[in-house]
Amino acid sequence: MKNLTSKQLVGVGLFLFAVFVAVPVLIRITGRWDFYFTLTSVALLAIASAGVWLTFYIGRINIGQGAFALIGAYVSAILVVKGGVSFWISLPAAGLFAALVAILIGLPILRLRGVYFAMITLVLTQVVTLTALALPITNGAKGISSIPLPSGISIFGVPIIPDFAAMENTKLAFYYAACILMILTYAALYRLVNSRLGHLCRSMQQNEELASSIGVNISYIRIVIFAISSFFGGIGGAMFGSIAQSVYPSSFQVADSVNFMLNCFLGGLGYVFGPMLGTLVLYFGWDLLFELGKYQLLVYSLILIAVIRFLPNGLLSLRLGKGGPK
Amino acid sequence: MEQILANGVYLGSQYAMIALGLTLIFALMNVLNFAHGQMYVIGGFVTYTFYGQLGVPFVLALIISCLTLAVLGALIEKFLFAPVIKGSAREESTMLLAAGIAFLLDALILLIFGEKQRGVPKIVNGVFNYDFRLIMPYDRIVICVLAILSIIAFICLMQYSKTGRALRALAQDRTAAQLMGVNVDRYSMIGFALGAMLAGLVGGLLVTITGVNLGMGGPTSIKAFMMVMIGGAGVISGAIWGGIILGFMEAIGLAVLSQYGDITYLLIFVSLMIFLAIRPQGLMGKPWG
Repeated sequence: MKNLTSKQLVGVGLFLFAVFVAVPVLIRITGRWDFYFTLTSVALLAIASAGVWLTFYIGRINIGQGAFALIGAYVSAILVVKGGVSFWISLPAAGLFAALVAILIGLPILRLRGVYFAMITLVLTQVVTLTALALPITNGAKGISSIPLPSGISIFGVPIIPDFAAMENTKLAFYYAACILMILTYAALYRLVNSRLGHLCRSMQQNEELASSIGVNISYIRIVIFAISSFFGGIGGAMFGSIAQSVYPSSFQVADSVNFMLNCFLGGLGYVFGPMLGTLVLYFGWDLLFELGKYQLLVYSLILIAVIRFLPNGLLSLRLGKGGPK
Repeated sequence: MEQILANGVYLGSQYAMIALGLTLIFALMNVLNFAHGQMYVIGGFVTYTFYGQLGVPFVLALIISCLTLAVLGALIEKFLFAPVIKGSAREESTMLLAAGIAFLLDALILLIFGEKQRGVPKIVNGVFNYDFRLIMPYDRIVICVLAILSIIAFICLMQYSKTGRALRALAQDRTAAQLMGVNVDRYSMIGFALGAMLAGLVGGLLVTITGVNLGMGGPTSIKAFMMVMIGGAGVISGAIWGGIILGFMEAIGLAVLSQYGDITYLLIFVSLMIFLAIRPQGLMGKPWG
């Protein structure tokens, strides 16, 4: 983070202020408490979308993030409900398990490119949903419900994370937790993109053979990137399951996988914070259009088509002009 | 056994037609048409409206279905895909557009036709019964024959007509085709319309047997993607093989594995992933499409 300009610092400061102070204050004034749930969902979906964005960064179209989100949600739910583990331990465990699955699956399928990779990841979402229906430990179509709220953590008697069950306003707590996770994710993503690994990814995005001929270990990098991407997916999914207090095979479906991809496209593939903006616009837009009743989907899709028709390079291309990297 | 094979042929011929339209659009424009399943559903609803509601003869209703989808496809290509392909920095942006169109068509179907399951009266009554080993309703046989005839007609169109030659040239190399005097914009539009028309035709054929409802679009698209992957993206013979293979796998799986519950599709998906790991370009495809 050594090259942050003062302008960027101000931007980050404003963003943090908006997320942690302005939004809660505004919600208190307007009394729209339901926005907390919407915004929490946006934050969590943005985490999963960040993973999708990262696979785009090595030139792969990933429509399988729903699969890893579902894996993460199930791992966390099973650990908490059947294993009695604290949620805050199950959260990284869910991410790591998703990453492990990604490595195992990624070894064969990352050799595919372009539309082939896109289609196989789409199928992957369906595979995980069907597996969740078939396995005994996931409880089939009934899913896992009444997952307890996250418990507190304290180190040497100093409480670090309070007990969610004892709180009267869990919505606010979940909102803060999700936002902190999201900011950590995007900070990690920003750091990664501006590191040596990020340069290697960009070289792979342009031409894998060329990168390989210069000595980039492309098969290693794409596995690492896919694992990190799925780690984000697992974390997002696990937190989502905890908020909903239930996981079903239909919690994350093909439509969700497609939405994660759309978030990235809409925000702009060239910008680290693109997926965050894309998720906010898509999810919040969908929510706001709820009042239109049966015309909701019609208006939503028309707006989506209009955006891509007139801004094919994503929303952030408006501000930064054409082709500016990062 | 005969029953399973007959079911396989029946399913395979339907699936091959769905996959043909998808692969044609992909070969020409490099667009993964997410809205293909929705186009299929619209085809079904148009046939339902004209044949089931208004009493128009079935064949005429089928033709109206094809025309509606062809016009819809041409409009979508001309006013949405063509400008976006020209203006975007990365080709994949068309995926967002395709998904948006899938949502839009879903919304339109919901508003115009409603969310109910719709069926039409049988086109032919009676059941073909060979010694109780092979039982097949006559209407299924008719639909199956019609589907195979349409596939043959489509292949002839692609092989022997001027349009077909232009489309194949376009699929092989866009720039070279343009240099040889093919009107690229016009034939892209025709190709997209043709792909959409095929989806409409299958929709119209299948509405007589399975009926049609709003939720069929997405799963149909996924099946079509699978068939295209089995055969190889953008290759016409591949799409037909993919359709037949998936049809047979489904028929065999449903007959053999029915006592284990709903695992046929899980097995198909898993074997597809293993297959693609060994042969990433599918049966007939060129590497990296």
